[in-house]
Amino acid sequence: MSNKKILLEPIIKNNPITIQVLGICSALAVTSQLKPSIVMGISVTVIIMFSNIIVSMIRKWIPKNIRIIVEMTVIATMVILVDQFLRAFMFDVSKQLSVFVGLIITNCIVLGRLEGFALHNKVMPSLFDGLGNGFGYALILIIIGGMRELFGSGKLLGMQIIPQWLYDAGYVDNGLLMLAPGAFFLLGLLVWLQRSITKQYEEE
Amino acid sequence: MTLFTIFIGAAIINNYVLVQFLGICPFVGVSKKIESSLSMGMATTFVMTLAATVTWLIYHFILTPLNLQFLQIVSFILVIASLVQLVEMFIKKVSKPLYDTLGIFLPLITTNCAIMGVALFLVMKEYTFIESIVFGFSAGVGFTLAIVLMAGIREELELADVPEHFRGAPITMIVAGCLALAFMGFAGMI
Repeated sequence: MSNKKILLEPIIKNNPITIQVLGICSALAVTSQLKPSIVMGISVTVIIMFSNIIVSMIRKWIPKNIRIIVEMTVIATMVILVDQFLRAFMFDVSKQLSVFVGLIITNCIVLGRLEGFALHNKVMPSLFDGLGNGFGYALILIIIGGMRELFGSGKLLGMQIIPQWLYDAGYVDNGLLMLAPGAFFLLGLLVWLQRSITKQYEEE
Repeated sequence: MTLFTIFIGAAIINNYVLVQFLGICPFVGVSKKIESSLSMGMATTFVMTLAATVTWLIYHFILTPLNLQFLQIVSFILVIASLVQLVEMFIKKVSKPLYDTLGIFLPLITTNCAIMGVALFLVMKEYTFIESIVFGFSAGVGFTLAIVLMAGIREELELADVPEHFRGAPITMIVAGCLALAFMGFAGMI
């Protein structure tokens, strides 16, 4: 498979969230606003990419039966680095994301990519695979985060988007979108939309 | 805060699955039959209570004195992974019927972000030792409640005529949304 295909495949056609239904917890929890969604998307992309590279580099020396522990340690190291970075430079976003940065470690996408790809492939393809899956994940987060913030509070990145005259004319923000049920509905509809376009879904 | 408010808060008002979005993977994956989701819920509650106890001890007696709090993520995940392994071996030795019921679900629990979430939350909220144990247990009860409710609905859903592209994950999400809507009614109870 060419690097380009490895990079592009997971973004739409084999998206980790909408097609493989992995890592939904964070996709729902951090997306009440656009900014934390973007930060979370970037964090996960960085973590998948570097864990993929590291595991791919040491793949010939990892003993078969303790590979999960080794992979977990690699991911944990990356998560700690990202967590410390966010705390140092973007404290307010880090507060908003609360435990969910730490929880990237249990995100099935990361471990899934290491197990399924980095263990059997060279460094360059692993890099592109990590990047592609990270982008696929970030894309869904940004779509959900954007929609929830725009229709839930009329803002994007904290700036008022929906103009005042619309409110005067009787438009009301859909507060439900900011709450838990809205996130479930939105993701459900998004998965449905994706599947009816690509005609691809898990076998029952 | 009294222990009772912690219990109600973690089990119902801030339900782990439906309000905090933790542990959605097993929630979507396992909730097809009431029996198996009940076993899954029990196993999770058990491990959660243990994990809350052990991670509290580790955080307050090892990481804090050595000033190594930034290592909490890596130490917690290793503790949880080995804890699950130990519990599995222990149950297999002591009670075969219980092992047969919980058996296959135990390894799955390691990657359940709800367990890790409990560990991280109790550090963040600065609970005392007893409060942490109650918090871990009630989070597990909340998880069990949500997953069993969901399984009950999904058993009925089998008979419904769901559009082709809506089957599986999408319809589960919509149903979970409706459940979350119902759970919002508990907000403001304390």
